[in-house]
Amino acid sequence: MAIVRRRTNKSTVDPVVAALVDAIGADRVRADAAERALFAHDASVFERGVSGPVCFPGSTADVVAIMRIAVAHGRTVVPRGAGTGLAGGAVPLGSPIIISTARMNRLLEVDVANRVAWVEPGVINLDLSKQLRPLGFHFAPDPSSQQSCTIGGNVANNSGGPHCLAYGVTSQHVLAAEVVLPDGEVVTLGGVEAEPAGYDLRGAFVGGEGTLGIATRIAVRITPNPPAVRTLLLAFASTHATAATVGAVIAAGIVPAAMEVMDQRITIAVENYVHAGYPTDAAAVLLAEVDGLEAGAEICAKRIAEIGTEHGATSVHLAGSEAERAQLWKGRKTAFGAVAQIAPAYYLHDTVVPRARLAEVLDEVYAIADRHQLLVVNVFHAGDGNLHPLLLFDRQEPGVMERVHAAGAEIVSASLTAGGVLSGEHGIGVEKREHMAAMFGPDDLDHQNRLRRAFDPACRANPGKVLPTGHSCADIQTLESVPTGVWV
Amino acid sequence: MRFEPDAALLAFAEQVGTEGPVAAEGARTRWDTGGELRPDTRLVHAPAGILEHQPEEMTVRVRAGTPVAELHAALAAVGQRTGLPERAGTVGGALAVGENGLEVLGRGRVRDTVLQLTYVSADAKVVTGGGPTVKNVSGFDLPRLLVGSLGTLGLVGEVILRTNPIPAASAWLLAEGADPFALLDALHRPSAVLWDGSRTWVHLEGYDADVAAERDTLARLGAGAWEPVDGPPPLPPHRWSLRPSDLRSLPDTQAGAFVASVGVGTAWVSTPQPARPVPPGLARLSARVKAQFDPSGRLNPGRSPLPTGAS
Repeated sequence: MAIVRRRTNKSTVDPVVAALVDAIGADRVRADAAERALFAHDASVFERGVSGPVCFPGSTADVVAIMRIAVAHGRTVVPRGAGTGLAGGAVPLGSPIIISTARMNRLLEVDVANRVAWVEPGVINLDLSKQLRPLGFHFAPDPSSQQSCTIGGNVANNSGGPHCLAYGVTSQHVLAAEVVLPDGEVVTLGGVEAEPAGYDLRGAFVGGEGTLGIATRIAVRITPNPPAVRTLLLAFASTHATAATVGAVIAAGIVPAAMEVMDQRITIAVENYVHAGYPTDAAAVLLAEVDGLEAGAEICAKRIAEIGTEHGATSVHLAGSEAERAQLWKGRKTAFGAVAQIAPAYYLHDTVVPRARLAEVLDEVYAIADRHQLLVVNVFHAGDGNLHPLLLFDRQEPGVMERVHAAGAEIVSASLTAGGVLSGEHGIGVEKREHMAAMFGPDDLDHQNRLRRAFDPACRANPGKVLPTGHSCADIQTLESVPTGVWV
Repeated sequence: MRFEPDAALLAFAEQVGTEGPVAAEGARTRWDTGGELRPDTRLVHAPAGILEHQPEEMTVRVRAGTPVAELHAALAAVGQRTGLPERAGTVGGALAVGENGLEVLGRGRVRDTVLQLTYVSADAKVVTGGGPTVKNVSGFDLPRLLVGSLGTLGLVGEVILRTNPIPAASAWLLAEGADPFALLDALHRPSAVLWDGSRTWVHLEGYDADVAAERDTLARLGAGAWEPVDGPPPLPPHRWSLRPSDLRSLPDTQAGAFVASVGVGTAWVSTPQPARPVPPGLARLSARVKAQFDPSGRLNPGRSPLPTGAS
């Protein structure tokens, strides 16, 4: 396989590629058009990216070298983990140098005394938890993509997952990060000590979507596995009763580890796919999990069953074994794959609404899809009001993408009107940056831009993301323009 | 929807104004943290009052001048509390200082408590970051940047905080000669484990049966009798920040009397913590943040969350 585009006349080789090869080695740089095309998109529906050379650094020093070359040549960079993002955060705009963390995937140290693991950014989320299991610990954030997404990507997006209801999203589980800033300087943000001195730049960095620099070593909190777990599956005849049950559980002072809802369409697809044991005749099912000490877990499970019954649950089932619990979760975690039975493609949305408004916003989501003649299925983190409508479509159908995007915009708008927010865990990326002005005023956005500029005065890292047009780093033409005909 | 400031917030912004050194005064509980305020600094006061408590959403919207005690009393009436330290003065002061409560293991960090934060900027603009829901990743995390910034980036006016249920049972227990590090591993999520080098205090919270089970676990560890006590011991004046694993050797450092928060790394000691060097790169980045948010340096002059002389 051709590693670097080579010509007999050396002067036609892109000087940036030549410098990158010189700095980190030919086996760590790819620049063929076909290979660059692989990195032109992520798991989102956004496809207008154009990738420059793709680098696979193996160390912090490699990342520094790449960043210095970008500075010297006036190029932008896009950090990239597994490319599982759904908001287009890793889609390259303006032919940037791609910095893939795929080869920085070592678990460096597990420090049980401090309940910390030091990892490189390319470590896969689920691999980390698997390696911690024999020690009695896990990494709490568990996005649906956890089999492939990376810890670095989790940090960039402040990722969530079902179990973030009780345990909190990624920011609560990152203690420190060694970061290569967009000017090539290396800083360590945060620390393992109780209260690191200075501004909480670690907190500001997490969720920066790759616009504030690139994390090269990350200290994550490791969470002890709970002594007792109870998993329940409740079925309901209406989505309203399901949503009301979720609200009533929280109002009863119970904070479950997870509360997930799936509507009938997705439940049927999941049953066909993995036979998880879900009732297919229910309008919606609620998968609830509580954990902690034995007695408390038992009390909470009983109370949730009672609350479900009070709200008209048609069945309440407690997983009787670890195998059955795993099967129930397998259904939830493979839901997105199961959708392929219904339609060849989907656009997964991500908004949050107050829990009390869940039922009415769900009604609105179904009505919006109907108006645009689209099929929608819902599988979501109900416990924290985090909606995930999946708009299903076939790209072959002429004009369908326009309808999908129009419906998506209306879902975002309905969520904001209900007192919600733009994104619960996927981030803004390119997907929602023009919606930012609906949630934030000009002064709010100006201050977000100031934070961005403190880290990245030249707007070098992942330009064109998060902030809407009109703010300095939103403009992908900020840096010197790319020489005509090169890499675009 | 966008946050709309009310009349009280607008009046606060007007008080802050655009000229001259200015600082917000709370209850002065931790007034000397981060350096001495320049003497010519004008003091302003954030508005007070609880605006909206939604127990079923587990959120509360509160103005920064509200005493934490008043907030917690109101929340306790419906069985809830927040992660702000009980010992704090005002909500705004607690957030500006950013120090965690004694029971951080059980209640979480102060910075994880804030969902939305509205502040008055150095040029008297009302700026909001974060959002009203319990989960949100919309835009950059200005709330976390502001928590612990000692009012040097903006003056907090109003916040939405996450609330938590108050557990049914609570017990403080004291024993002589126990190994606090071993019992931290044996217990499931104690709210606090404190150690002064010989005595260990444990705060257990949860359902009655859970607290009883944890007491049995303590008894099985066989380190003498655990006696119920009213609460934590008095804390020495100086707050140290260490790695949790560093606490074990605290008695050897000759630092004086201490109470250490095991599993956390905070220690209250009779002598000040030796200065820790600040890496120059971090100092430069911090200075750039300060320059972006407060170019003229008028907010809380003399104070810095980094050790003096660093930025």
